[in-house]
Amino acid sequence: MKKWFALMLALVMVFALCACGPKNPSAGPASNPGTETTPGGENPGGENPGGENPGGETAKGSVYWLNFKPEADDILQQVAEMYTAKTGVPVQITTAASGTYEETLRAEMDKPNPPTMFVIGTAPAVKTWGDYALDLTGTAIANELNSDAYNLYDANGKLVSIGYSYECYGIIVNQDLLEQAGYKVADINNFATLKTAAEDIHARAAELGFDAFTSNDMDDSSSWRYTGHMINLEYYYEEQAAGTKWSDTPASLTGAYMDNYRNLYDLCVNNSTVARGDLATGGHDAQAEFKDGKAVFYVQGSWEYAAIIDSVPSATMIPYYCGVEGEENAGLNCGSENCWAINSKASAENQQATMDFMVWLVTDPEASELVTNGVGGFGAMPYKSAAASTNGFLALSAEMTADGKYVMDWATNFQPNSSEYRAVLVSALNQYNANPSDANWETVVTAAIQGWATQYQATNG
Amino acid sequence: MRKKNSLPNPIKRWWWLFLGPVVAAFIIGFVWPFLQGIYLSFCKFRLVSDAKFIGIDNYLKAFSDASFVHSFWYSALFAVVSLVLINVLAFAAAYALTQGIKGSNLFRTVFFMPNLIGGIVLGHIWSMIFDGILSKFGTSILLESKYGFWGLIILMCWQQVGYMMIIYIAGLQAVPGEMLEAAKIDGATNAQTLFKVTIPNVMPSITICTFLSLTNGFKLFDQNLALTAGQPFQIQPDGTTVKTTEMLALNIYNTFYGQNANAQGTAQAKAVIFFILVAGLGLAQLAFTRRKEVQQ
Repeated sequence: MKKWFALMLALVMVFALCACGPKNPSAGPASNPGTETTPGGENPGGENPGGENPGGETAKGSVYWLNFKPEADDILQQVAEMYTAKTGVPVQITTAASGTYEETLRAEMDKPNPPTMFVIGTAPAVKTWGDYALDLTGTAIANELNSDAYNLYDANGKLVSIGYSYECYGIIVNQDLLEQAGYKVADINNFATLKTAAEDIHARAAELGFDAFTSNDMDDSSSWRYTGHMINLEYYYEEQAAGTKWSDTPASLTGAYMDNYRNLYDLCVNNSTVARGDLATGGHDAQAEFKDGKAVFYVQGSWEYAAIIDSVPSATMIPYYCGVEGEENAGLNCGSENCWAINSKASAENQQATMDFMVWLVTDPEASELVTNGVGGFGAMPYKSAAASTNGFLALSAEMTADGKYVMDWATNFQPNSSEYRAVLVSALNQYNANPSDANWETVVTAAIQGWATQYQATNG
Repeated sequence: MRKKNSLPNPIKRWWWLFLGPVVAAFIIGFVWPFLQGIYLSFCKFRLVSDAKFIGIDNYLKAFSDASFVHSFWYSALFAVVSLVLINVLAFAAAYALTQGIKGSNLFRTVFFMPNLIGGIVLGHIWSMIFDGILSKFGTSILLESKYGFWGLIILMCWQQVGYMMIIYIAGLQAVPGEMLEAAKIDGATNAQTLFKVTIPNVMPSITICTFLSLTNGFKLFDQNLALTAGQPFQIQPDGTTVKTTEMLALNIYNTFYGQNANAQGTAQAKAVIFFILVAGLGLAQLAFTRRKEVQQ
């Protein structure tokens, strides 16, 4: 009996070891917990009878895209299948779990078959990953662009990554509710008018049955709306005041517009469905509140369009009004952190296959329609032959630009060590929410301004 | 005298087959990554396969990092307080449940159950519980370091007491009945029996439980991340921050992932220091309590 037991244990161990080892070299990325598709079957290398290519690619090369937006995974798997069905080139798309893109990228880049296509979306990311990116200047995909506003270059002018979509953010408004409360969106064109409307609605919330702002949670799932997006108004106006457009992270900030940030932040948290003291650990669902008509204003971006437009057909978007002079002329915050890079260390065939796939994705009517307007899709792609966007917020932004309003660019993409920088800012805002004193606001300013310089030093010092 | 070749022949020939898998697994899963980790602590790297040797710079940076030093003392304080509380409570629970009261088995099961829940889940559940109470007083666990500290202590006691209790129960049940009877006949009071007979006899359990709770306290990560993630932060006028409730493991993680690529080597150096510390403390504590053990 004992002998049998020992034998069983030994067998279990041997099998466990076998299971640990990769089945073939190309199975490397498949150990990632994210979702993936390898249309070529479990072993794309199996299609290559010569077997001289241990990397597991077919003679045509293969595409491996490490995607960073979980909500886009479904449609990306569909286009991957479409492409393979059409051309026979295997396309694998792996999506990093929410908030773990950087970790996943580091792990995947170390494997024998690293991603051939990945995302370098911000200036700091260019510094980290620029060496691993192919120069895209003058390539087939670059020739398809209709705007180079969303491309990222390194210090030597190398085109490191190329924008594949753009988005905008601001304050989403439920026009029906706003009118019920006796206001019109056309009348709100600066901070004073926004404040009057919001404070009046909040004061009459019980009578109206809805509040001014949706909840403004400060937990990880929501705090980026304030520490990543709203704070952009400070950076943008500072950029404007200096008469420049940042091309690299500045070493320090002046903080001249922190009071404007405070104006808008206070307005949101003081006139909302949830008291400001209860925001630190989160647990509220701002999107559901907006869809259920519990609040008029919702601090969010164009990617919410498909999710909310059926529930709130009158939804529109207004800029961050914060009390800056001339803001009647402000437009939305438009930009992108969705930029493709091609892995410079991938084999030439794989680079070519990846390039072909990119070009197909932005030119094929069916594929580009799916990734532009599908649920979880990119919103809009800055390419000549890509399908037109049906996103109402992006259309609105284009209208505003046509009317001569200024676009607020995403200066926030230059945040140094952004995850650390934002974590510190969240902590300071939590203290401020618990006790909105001037002293606590000073801490917020320290976190945002001195914190910037500190993180800049940590990155570049 | 023992024969020189006392092993049966098949084992002599096939020992490598039996030993091989374990040794291979140990080398692949522990020895190799451990050695590579030590090597990387002397390197600057973005990718593990692409490291550049830079000497002891990383160690100098690690020791001069105020947040690392803070997290060390914070972890030490946490480890000591949780060690005392967990073991006292676990021993008390074990003592009570070996007195033959009705339903002992049910209680043991219930006390043990929190240990089956993962740390991240526990952290989130307890953050809701604490905030549910603290919000009545207009505050939150993320706003005061002392709430964060005691919150984590309560969480860890809740999770670990049941586990340690099981070990103590095993120890208590092994105390020879004759010895207890002899103490009774000699006229020892309950307190005397407990301190002079029972506790010396369960020293092996105390050794293992203090070892586990000490190293657990130092290594704590999941619960720390999910409960407070280091909040509240003390933001210095120069923009640097000390995360007041950040423990060592979380500090290493934040250094590795929260900062730029240059800091990865520093995080690696911190991890090596962390290993030496935990191993050293654990061994010292083992040696200390071992000396108190009695032979039955």
